Amino acid sequence: MARKRPRLAVWKFSSCDGCQLSLLDCEDDLLAIAERVEIAQFLEASRATAPGPYDLSLVEGSISTPEEIERIKAIRMQSRHLITLGACATAGGIQALRNLREFDQVLASVYAHPDYIDALATATPVSDHVEVDFELRGCPVNKGQLLEVLNAFLNGRPPNVSTYSQCIECKRSGTVCVMVAKGQPCLGPVTQAGCGNVCPACGRGCYGCFGPAEQANTGALSDQLAALGMTERAVRQYYRLFNNNAPAFREESKRHE
Amino acid sequence: MSKGKGGKRVIEVDALARVEGEGALYVRLKGDRIEQLRFSIYEPPRFFEALLEGRDYSDAPDITARICGICPVAYLLGSSQAMESILGLAVSPEVRALRRLIYCGEWIASHVLHVFFLHAPDFLGYDDAIAMAKDHPEMVKDALRLKKIGNALLETIGGRAVHPVNLKVGGFYSVPERERLLTLRDDLTWGMETARALTLRVSSFDFPTLEQDYCCVSLHHPDEYAITEGRLVSDRGLDIPIDAFEQHFDETHVDHSTALHGRMRGREAPYLVGPLARYNNNREQLSDSARALAEAAGLGARVANPFKSIVVRMVEVFYAFEEALRLVDGWTPPAAAAVEGPVRAGQGSGCTEAPRGICYHRYVLDREGRILKARIVPPTSQNQPQMEADLRALVQRNLALPDDELQWLCEQNIRNYDPCISCATHFLRLTVERDARSTRA
Repeated sequence: MARKRPRLAVWKFSSCDGCQLSLLDCEDDLLAIAERVEIAQFLEASRATAPGPYDLSLVEGSISTPEEIERIKAIRMQSRHLITLGACATAGGIQALRNLREFDQVLASVYAHPDYIDALATATPVSDHVEVDFELRGCPVNKGQLLEVLNAFLNGRPPNVSTYSQCIECKRSGTVCVMVAKGQPCLGPVTQAGCGNVCPACGRGCYGCFGPAEQANTGALSDQLAALGMTERAVRQYYRLFNNNAPAFREESKRHE
Repeated sequence: MSKGKGGKRVIEVDALARVEGEGALYVRLKGDRIEQLRFSIYEPPRFFEALLEGRDYSDAPDITARICGICPVAYLLGSSQAMESILGLAVSPEVRALRRLIYCGEWIASHVLHVFFLHAPDFLGYDDAIAMAKDHPEMVKDALRLKKIGNALLETIGGRAVHPVNLKVGGFYSVPERERLLTLRDDLTWGMETARALTLRVSSFDFPTLEQDYCCVSLHHPDEYAITEGRLVSDRGLDIPIDAFEQHFDETHVDHSTALHGRMRGREAPYLVGPLARYNNNREQLSDSARALAEAAGLGARVANPFKSIVVRMVEVFYAFEEALRLVDGWTPPAAAAVEGPVRAGQGSGCTEAPRGICYHRYVLDREGRILKARIVPPTSQNQPQMEADLRALVQRNLALPDDELQWLCEQNIRNYDPCISCATHFLRLTVERDARSTRA
């Protein structure tokens, strides 16, 4: 008798949909995935929804409203494993920049009637609110890594996702170092690999989509960025992009205030 | 909730829809008259305009791209063009062509996703494309391959499909070799022919009856079917440069939505942006073959049924493939991947045709190139009042339908607009409350 298929759920919080889209962008594998798992909840793709519990929940987006706090707790209770997808769910995303500012001022600059808006003063990672089994990095996530994580969890093994820096990825693919060869700023030395080496291959310095690498030496990199002519302000803002709220980047940016 | 007294009935999206999704619909009827109808978007606000204040002008493309993972090129390009207008930068014809080419990729990937994954299942009666694939495997496989080719264009030019990294103010960080673009030819040719066949397939769907007197607003360019630039026009005589957008269009903040509602100044009725508006305004500028395909698919000179937007989207997919082939064949690398110039203070705007319609940006910079003020008007907020008007007409026509059918029809109508992927999918939970005088359908 065929084993019961594992039940997969995909959830969206405050985000751009790009990480969920990466799942739908697995064009060659999508129909095969749908045969291996029961997609019990994936509003972006299906009208059909089934109640929990779920074997695996994939969560996109940061927690930025009071309702989202309650919802993520309810999802956690129904999920055997919970994996965050991308920079928003893992570190708070670009919208976590508001954590650094007076929220009233942020509200007033966008909405004529701030009282209509029910949002928290902060945008925070899922792990600030519930236990997370695995955090998949990226703004957006990489399709190959996404498939690997799905495979690993569905087969009960640890995912094979490297935590070394972008520099290793450049070396492996033979991409010339944009910082050494052209004197361009690059966050590659402190950023986790996984994007597929996209920026340096375009002749552009890494801008940190995959967040801090393990044991990132941000202080040394900041010295190098200053030596290349970046101002304190420029260095600060460089760390304040899509993973601005990841601890290593957040603390380093504060050192340049 | 029931408001059964005084001949009233209420059609309401269950509050849970707010919890599970980002949208809601509320309709209150008195007898057969609609007293109130509102479609709400509850997408959590992310305050992009505020977060851009104080950032360098060069940060705007990458930051605003994160507004939407489905149409990042619209944000990358709209913000870049606004900055270029402030800095007085004129990009080379080759850069302009490459921008149009990557935008074709975005139209293909976004439109195909919408047509076959979000919208077609409605017409064929499935919960999703995966269920649809069991009965129509070839159609779904072809759609997946079309989408993949759109993504290949984005990856080849932009470095990756979601949030491309290679676009910047002034052009690109680097440009692909001509030979690399030419390797896409076979796929683009296949895509064009497959899009033609699928357009005809989609045109054979059953379309609910609804004719709306739209005020269509789009870009218009004298030499081409407008995608990346042009003047703003309407079919009611509007013809303005994009810099004049805010003199003619406004947004209001209504209490039931986190998306601001767009409106045209001096006009009570809403306006329409997106594929239908583009087709109605610029049909003459489609290629001969795209116009012939539209005709074969049963589209006249003007399309007023929002349910036929799915056919118009497919005609645009066909056109985007044809245009991509033309651009690939004619492209030669520019002398420089980007144009640069000194930073200066000023104000400027940019506007492009995102897959869902015009997406407007305006920025004010100080003399060091820092953003003092940002204003972004995405297509979804502009279409929201028109979506409500469509729903109003639709509910009025279909009061006799049972609850589940009325719900599905309303959902399908919202998906006509492809408002954004999570909003556009199947999120409505509709409760129909009927008054004592009417029998529950």
